[in-house]
Amino acid sequence: MAITLDVNGKPLTVEAAEDTPLLWVLRDELGLTGTKYGCGIAQCGACTVLADGAPIRACLTPVSALGSAKITTIEGLGGDHPLQQAWVALDVPQCGYCQSGQIMSAAALLEQSPKPTDEEIDGAMAGNICRCGAYQRIHAAIKVASGQAPATASPQTDA
Amino acid sequence: MNAPIFRRAASAGEGVSRRQLIITATAVGGALMVGCSPTDLLAAGAEGETGPFGAFVRIAPDGAVTLVCKHIEFGQGSHAGLAAIVAEELDADWSKVAWEHAPANAKLYANGGLGAQLTGGSTAINNSWDQLRQAGAAARAMFVQAAASRWNVPAGEITVKDSVVSHAASGQSADFAALLADAAKVAPPAEPTLKDPTQFTLIGTDRVRRKDSLAKSTGQTRFTMDVQAENLLVAMVAHPPRFGAKVASFDATAAKAMPGVVEVYEIPTGVAVVANSTWAAKQGRDALSVNWDEAKAETRSSADIAQRFRDLAAGSAALEKGEEWQGFETKGEVAAQGGGLAIEVAYDFPYLAHATMEPMNCVAQVDGNTAKLTFASQGPTLDQLNVAKIVANLPGAIEIETLPAGGSFGRRANFQSDFVVECVQIARKVGGNRPVKLVWTREDDMAAGYYRPLVHHRVRVTTDAEGYPNTWTHRIVTQSIMKGAPFGGGGVDETAVEGAKGSPYLKATPHVDAQLLTPDAGVPVLWWRSVGATHTAYVMEHTIEQLARRAGQDPVAYRRALYEKAAAKRHLAVLDLAAEKAGWGEPAPEGWTRGVAVHESFGSVVAQVAEVKMENGEPRVGRVVTAIDCGTAISPNQIAAQMEGGTCYGLSAALYGQVTLTEGRVDQTNFDTYRVLRHNEAPKVETYIAAQPAGTHPTGVGEPGTPVIGPAVANALLALTGEAITAQPFVKV
Repeated sequence: MAITLDVNGKPLTVEAAEDTPLLWVLRDELGLTGTKYGCGIAQCGACTVLADGAPIRACLTPVSALGSAKITTIEGLGGDHPLQQAWVALDVPQCGYCQSGQIMSAAALLEQSPKPTDEEIDGAMAGNICRCGAYQRIHAAIKVASGQAPATASPQTDA
Repeated sequence: MNAPIFRRAASAGEGVSRRQLIITATAVGGALMVGCSPTDLLAAGAEGETGPFGAFVRIAPDGAVTLVCKHIEFGQGSHAGLAAIVAEELDADWSKVAWEHAPANAKLYANGGLGAQLTGGSTAINNSWDQLRQAGAAARAMFVQAAASRWNVPAGEITVKDSVVSHAASGQSADFAALLADAAKVAPPAEPTLKDPTQFTLIGTDRVRRKDSLAKSTGQTRFTMDVQAENLLVAMVAHPPRFGAKVASFDATAAKAMPGVVEVYEIPTGVAVVANSTWAAKQGRDALSVNWDEAKAETRSSADIAQRFRDLAAGSAALEKGEEWQGFETKGEVAAQGGGLAIEVAYDFPYLAHATMEPMNCVAQVDGNTAKLTFASQGPTLDQLNVAKIVANLPGAIEIETLPAGGSFGRRANFQSDFVVECVQIARKVGGNRPVKLVWTREDDMAAGYYRPLVHHRVRVTTDAEGYPNTWTHRIVTQSIMKGAPFGGGGVDETAVEGAKGSPYLKATPHVDAQLLTPDAGVPVLWWRSVGATHTAYVMEHTIEQLARRAGQDPVAYRRALYEKAAAKRHLAVLDLAAEKAGWGEPAPEGWTRGVAVHESFGSVVAQVAEVKMENGEPRVGRVVTAIDCGTAISPNQIAAQMEGGTCYGLSAALYGQVTLTEGRVDQTNFDTYRVLRHNEAPKVETYIAAQPAGTHPTGVGEPGTPVIGPAVANALLALTGEAITAQPFVKV
């Protein structure tokens, strides 16, 4: 069936079965491959996108369930979002595969809590797995992006 | 098996022998090519054109320098360190230096430590150090000569800085772009003069940062999963539920009726569904009905395998045909020594999945004898050899475009090229050069094997009057990783014993009897970030901790004494550095208990002091002070990143990681049953890099941060509870 979605501010119409997860519509039909497949059961967060500003797992969200919700993917953040700037300043990514989902979860957090505490960050980010273990820099970059730490913060120390 | 025609070069430092590739003539289809170098043979059929500045350095008309990177980028950021080596010697403008993956060509891009184009063993920087210094220095010399000729001045008076070539006396200068045409005509010097390492201006500074952070923070990096192409088909495969089973029969009627499903094929590893989209492929695969022939399947439970390993180590089970104990470190006379028993302890380690964020996948196009692959290839030479056999072509003729990987930790390189071969088998059925993307779901990836082997250790130590080891009896029972190689080496599998073998604690012990037994099992096993050290570091460090406590000594002081006996200066230095930075000897913060561990792997030595407490019945790790000696530090920032990430990877395994089998079926399916470390459980790692004399050869950083945290945490818990922890994972599901 033809389904119209609001993705990154644009109305887009796709042909898809109504139970198709949003993830595969974004990736295979719309070419928005920044949103990743990691587990398919909402355990890892790699597919996180925003629906009306709230984080959702695209791998388990049927495309027909979205209605008129405004979908924002990593491509919709613009490239110079404070989180993206902080991610680059601290060299957060390692393999990078999970980072779109990490950044989208963090973006939702900052919308809700512009200056999140450590506990709030832990809570909001616990659903996003990073097997490279970039957690410490993800945490630090959220602090930087929310203006709670200087962007020059370098996590390593020499002897 | 024919005699090996190739062994690795001897220059790559320690810790790589485990991945020696002993490529025999039979490995390339039976051809016996006398007089060829091994890499000639492996690259047979390849096009080997390189530009004027050689295989590693390309300079664009605008003067921009690109490193052609023979190592895959799969998280470790080695591209930055490798590019910095070239930029340092070339005096290039670092801000404009770029990098790209090299094509598959074993002659041009072999890993000097492994003899094939392959990234692993934490060797990327180590094996490239001399090679890329020379490549950068040669290119620099070509620009200098071009300028000297153009300006008619002595080459020795010319300087280069930030891609600008200058002659102070005559006031002339020109950038790389302006000199490029002339420089490209200069014959590269065979032995270019390298910089005095004390004059490095880039290497070792915080300017050496990875160059892919922006692309990876904006969703623009193209992973294998993201490959899109005209006419692309997506494939998923129904695999047998037990290792070693095969397709008996199948019914594809329902699968073929699914919208978007194009075709269903039987292939050697199962039944493949190809479709127009990922979701259609999955729907089709799920609709398949397959009967499996399990006559040759592994039907044991992992608990049975573990029990047999325990019994073998204890001497209470009989050896089967082909099983034989192999000594890996023997000295003195253990049996003749008297003295009271100090400690006898046995340790169990489970199978572990790599569980990369990007499950295994590959894109292949096959047309008759030609094959082109577009994917994250960790071992292009291995993949070329395996694919060449399928399409009946020369290995060098198999084209591979390497993409970055969403993690690997060893998984993407194996002697069978399992998922690559599977993709090629499907693409061959499809034919016509049509691109086929094989996608494994998380469940496929989790159940596919190639795990860190299940391992059992049994250790018996008697001590001297001062409480130091006098005899050390050690038995390791595990499946061999190298035995899985189609071209194997024989002898002791170094991957099973590295870290126990060569331990300073064994050096400091007068009488040692250490042996390995490698029974077969039907579960495919593979190297996994830090390989043998994943278990040997734990056994050595937790055993030493127990001995220190029995001797009534401080754990740091006890280790220090043993390192002095063993003349292990690097161990001593990082131990002292970590202890000092952690405030060892002063009380830990209220509620926290400290544990220490030290281990050498991949040529580097890492010491950690971890602060641990129990929280809701589970260990919680806070501050982790890490000291590393990795030779010359090229990118301090990325070394720290690898200590942070490696620590999380090791901690995840120690606390939660395990793959179990029930009657041959893998119990874990996804991240709900294979627990991994999450954000709120991550430690805070501080990294201190032990300063080395200028010019010291760099050693590994991708893996050495992984094996130390497990024992450091266990040692803290031992101090806290008085109980040793003899099995991983610590937290039972």
